[in-house]
Amino acid sequence: MRIEVVGVSRQFGEFKALKDVSLTIQSGELVALLGPSGSGKTTLLRVIAGLDWADAGDIKFDGVSASTRSVGERHVGFVFQHYALFRHMTVFDNVAFGLRVRPRKERYSNAEIEARVNELLQLVQIDWLADRMPAQLSGGQRQRVALARALAIEPRVLLLDEPFGALDAKVRKELRRWLRRLHEQLGMTSVFVTHDQEEALELADRVVVMNKGRIEQIDTPGQLYDNPSTPFVSRFLGDSNELDCHVAAGSVLLPGLDTSALPRVSVPNGPAKLYARPHDIAISAAEDGEACVRFISAVGANIRIEAELPDGRVVELTRTREEQAEDPVAVGARVGLRLYRAQVYPAG
Amino acid sequence: MAGLAFTARPRKPGANGKPGQRVTQAVLIGIAVLFLGIFIVLPLAIVFSMALSQGWAAYVDALVEPDAISAIKLTLLTAAITVPANMIFGLLAAWAITKFEFRGKSFLITLIDLPFSVSPVISGLVFVLLFGLQGWFGPWLQEHDLKVVFAVPGIVLATMFVTFPFVARELIPIMQEQGTEEEEAAFTLGASGWQTFWRVTLPNVKWALLYGVLLCNARAMGEFGAVSVVSGHIRGHTNTMPLHVEILYNEYNFVAAFAVASLLALLAIVTLILKSVLEWKLARDRKQPIVHTA
Repeated sequence: MRIEVVGVSRQFGEFKALKDVSLTIQSGELVALLGPSGSGKTTLLRVIAGLDWADAGDIKFDGVSASTRSVGERHVGFVFQHYALFRHMTVFDNVAFGLRVRPRKERYSNAEIEARVNELLQLVQIDWLADRMPAQLSGGQRQRVALARALAIEPRVLLLDEPFGALDAKVRKELRRWLRRLHEQLGMTSVFVTHDQEEALELADRVVVMNKGRIEQIDTPGQLYDNPSTPFVSRFLGDSNELDCHVAAGSVLLPGLDTSALPRVSVPNGPAKLYARPHDIAISAAEDGEACVRFISAVGANIRIEAELPDGRVVELTRTREEQAEDPVAVGARVGLRLYRAQVYPAG
Repeated sequence: MAGLAFTARPRKPGANGKPGQRVTQAVLIGIAVLFLGIFIVLPLAIVFSMALSQGWAAYVDALVEPDAISAIKLTLLTAAITVPANMIFGLLAAWAITKFEFRGKSFLITLIDLPFSVSPVISGLVFVLLFGLQGWFGPWLQEHDLKVVFAVPGIVLATMFVTFPFVARELIPIMQEQGTEEEEAAFTLGASGWQTFWRVTLPNVKWALLYGVLLCNARAMGEFGAVSVVSGHIRGHTNTMPLHVEILYNEYNFVAAFAVASLLALLAIVTLILKSVLEWKLARDRKQPIVHTA
């Protein structure tokens, strides 16, 4: 199902949680809402679900406005951050809940409900836990129960609020891959909220980066990483060097950094801010180099180097082990730095 | 209360600490036991021994005497009306306060607590001032031949007023702790408000609710001050059990007075036992909140 968010605003007292947000999510897509806390991502998810409402704007499901439909009528599967399992019900009863509260005419028979619940528990691989109470489950198991419960109503959309937020790192990675497979298997439109960029970039088809109630950029993970379109996205996604520089007639001036390989930038003359990924800066040993190596860390696939520019600013960069073997640089060595790719924005 | 004294025990069993500590411990426990004995166990024992001082026959006679029966009936009737009413009110108030945001919320909480901070005599007097002959609604009530004060409705009203915070007070903290996520989950799964209430909210607070109802009931049956003001003490008509005890006592009919009092004491003991059971259940429920870790 296609979801359209049209000019949605939402205000809590003085705090503007969402400011005129518009977004289209295609049918079958897996989309991440990514942003720091307070960016409005959870509010947006709740507005889509109907758990919260928009002060202005509209939510459309397959082109039909959903604003007059209640949460229950919207038929969305919602997985809560802390799962919100019914604490006094067994796993089985939790999953069966959505089927049992249906109006009598649409309700399945008990046998059908049982079959359906067992099928769902198998799908999320916890059929052996059917008689347990939520308090007896681990975080990862609760997550699966929450998901099975949401899927029981055969939703057309699956919305997940920080689905991995309350899990430890190892379980998180495992569940992430599993969720991705499940999404592909079920083929329903899914939206999840996260503050973890790694999670968003690895899992989602497209990522919506949010900040202070606005959408900063919507793109595929690769595009977002390579071509961030705002200073916020540059800073927020991945590691970046943030450097003050000057722009004159489309070229970037930054003492100590060779910027001749950069394409011309369309930023007005004057002070500007430049963001460069550590792997987009090349380093080479040079007797007359203007920069100086301050720190080297050789742990991991890449060598991490901190180099100091003539004015004392420190630039972080990485090079492969092969590069380091071919042209070794050591702490204290004079080096030349060359910039291959960067984002430049007018200062201020 | 005895449990309080035992908290002085060292954490590790066996490690009983220095002799000095042990003495302190013994003294503290001794004081607590002595205190409880004098102020609680002894009076209770006296109630029963006085009630039975002239044998079981006299005891039973005192209880089956028509005025006593009428007092017991009135007490049960009052409790039968006020407890369900306050249970429903308490649930609604706690539901509104904990699951919704609205203006005047803290004012409502203060208002719910009001009966706790007002002397029961004043609570009774308020109803006399409202519904008595000289009261605001007095003339109107008289015209329509309705009796509130010095009649059963007055007793019910006064009791309801006095016992009104118990259920709400018990429910509000536990419902606040539980938050609204489970209700929201129920809504997303297609449950109506009514279904959500019966299947999610109510089961989650059932022990706390029972606990509140129990305390409310104990107070409703035992209330003296407020009821005394509005009752008029008409024997066989507007006397509840506590009032009946007072009248018998003032007439030097000690056996009968203590016989009726022993019923109230029994009610208290049963309440205490149930209360302990419920407290244990409540503690168990609270121990299983969904912990937010893996």
